[in-house]
Amino acid sequence: MKVTEKDVAYVADLANLELSDQERARMLRDLNSILGHIDTLNELDTTNVQPMAQVSDRYDSKPGSDRFAYASREDVHEGLRKSLPHDIAVANAPDSNGTFFQVPKVIER
Amino acid sequence: MATSPDLSVSARTKYEPVIGLEVHVQLLTVTKIFCSCSTRFGDPPNTNVCPVCLGLPGALPVLNRKAVEYAVLAAMALNCRINETSIFARKNYFYPDLPKGYQISQYDKPLAEYGWIDVPGPKRIGITRLHLEEDAGKSLHEGFPDADQKTAIDLNRSGVPLIEIVSEPEISSPDEAYEYLTRLKEIILYTGVSDCNMEEGSLRCDANVSVRPRGQKEFGTKTEVKNVNSFRFIREALEYEIERQIEVIESGGRITQETRLYNAQEGKTYGMRSKEQAHDYRYFPEPDLLPLVVDEKRRSEIRKLLPELPEARRKRLVADYGITEYDAAVLTASKALADQFEVAAKSATNPKRVANLVQSELAGRLKAKGLSIEQSPISMKGVAQSADLVESGAISSKMLKDLYDLSFERNKDFSVVYEEEGRPQQSRDTSALEKTIDEVIASNPKQVEQYRAGKKTVAVFFVGQVMKASKGQANPQLVNELVAKKLGG
Repeated sequence: MKVTEKDVAYVADLANLELSDQERARMLRDLNSILGHIDTLNELDTTNVQPMAQVSDRYDSKPGSDRFAYASREDVHEGLRKSLPHDIAVANAPDSNGTFFQVPKVIER
Repeated sequence: MATSPDLSVSARTKYEPVIGLEVHVQLLTVTKIFCSCSTRFGDPPNTNVCPVCLGLPGALPVLNRKAVEYAVLAAMALNCRINETSIFARKNYFYPDLPKGYQISQYDKPLAEYGWIDVPGPKRIGITRLHLEEDAGKSLHEGFPDADQKTAIDLNRSGVPLIEIVSEPEISSPDEAYEYLTRLKEIILYTGVSDCNMEEGSLRCDANVSVRPRGQKEFGTKTEVKNVNSFRFIREALEYEIERQIEVIESGGRITQETRLYNAQEGKTYGMRSKEQAHDYRYFPEPDLLPLVVDEKRRSEIRKLLPELPEARRKRLVADYGITEYDAAVLTASKALADQFEVAAKSATNPKRVANLVQSELAGRLKAKGLSIEQSPISMKGVAQSADLVESGAISSKMLKDLYDLSFERNKDFSVVYEEEGRPQQSRDTSALEKTIDEVIASNPKQVEQYRAGKKTVAVFFVGQVMKASKGQANPQLVNELVAKKLGG
């Protein structure tokens, strides 16, 4: 599979990236090289292999809902890590009015 | 609603609408779906936030088990099949109230699928899927000194657990959409997993709508109607949008696939100026979360928490208490009310009389005053008490009516008014009653003859006449006895 310059521009736009002509050319090269590698992998027959999005998915032998229970929590507020104090929460925001985070006026979604 | 006068009836009937609904429901957990921040509504802005729901680098989500339980409960109540394994996925888009740049949702492996809701018709509307996801924050565009230049963001809502319920495109009218939503809300309320409060945004609805010539198989181009905050407005928005689409097609135009906002004041929808490629979310599995496994053991644990659902309860109330379907619907308007009614009815000597009083005496008075049954001055307990008083013969039905009127006048419960009136008793004065009965017997010789000839059912006629003469004040039991005695003798 090959990507075109048009694809690069489309993906860059979705990712909110402004690329120079040079960067665009480099991205085209890099993306095609990555996809070339994927093409190599695609030569393997994976018909009977479950898709894996998670490495830990492979290493736990407990059955059913107990399997990943360790990665969930009870719905309790006390005793757990608290929310951030308000001033600290907004402290690093590029812009805030002390109460809210602020961004340039949003007109459309 | 702003209907077009130009659109002829024949043009309207030439087309049929196809509607699909997406409903977001906020789950009533104490903490957020992936962190332990509070979900409380109305707290000061940006006080229930932490590195996870602010999307700060390096923070990792941990799934709230209660959110899963609630979502499964809702899915079961909506007749869905629960997938043993479901996968969280990232939905990528940029918006200031979405701090991570993606929303954690579910995509190709949702929590539940293949459900349905029955609406009057009867018609079964399919539910394609029900999945878990996190809410975004809230953008405020107005009400600030610099609102013309800036948008304010409150992230308290960011990470609050939601379920998204997607219907099949099987809804064929705005009325049907309204029914579907009403039933959906009622079922969710019964499960107790959400308060479904539309003002606070706990229930939100988007509608996909298209029209096609009647009989055509393929769907027309759809538009998505957003920003509608009541079921009534959704019905109106759909009515408007269907007419608009027919008009465009009839005048030779084409429908553009777009998102449209409903303006309730004008009763119109407006297209949003949006980019062509707005809907490419590039979903991929969320690497920070493990697969969600809900096995049979867990499913059966959760199934035990499922209450009797409104439809089943209505059917049972009709069967158990001999009330009409309409009254069963009134009494099941909320689970709390239905519970109150049943507790009261069961505590009374004659449960059916309680149901009948609600139907005959309470409902009409409430309607006349424009009150819902939850606002009734007479509680279910009061109805039960009054039913027992009539049952034991302490008060007549005429007296009950008067006491009910006083309750509504004074806006006080039945028990209070009954005390205030000095626990009135109906007359047991037999001499006055006997005199009335003698008069009734004397003026109806033909019926007396029938009775004495063996047609005992005629007694009912005499009891009726006596009750009428006493203006309902007489004790019916006593009248029964006396009439039988007099006629027999």
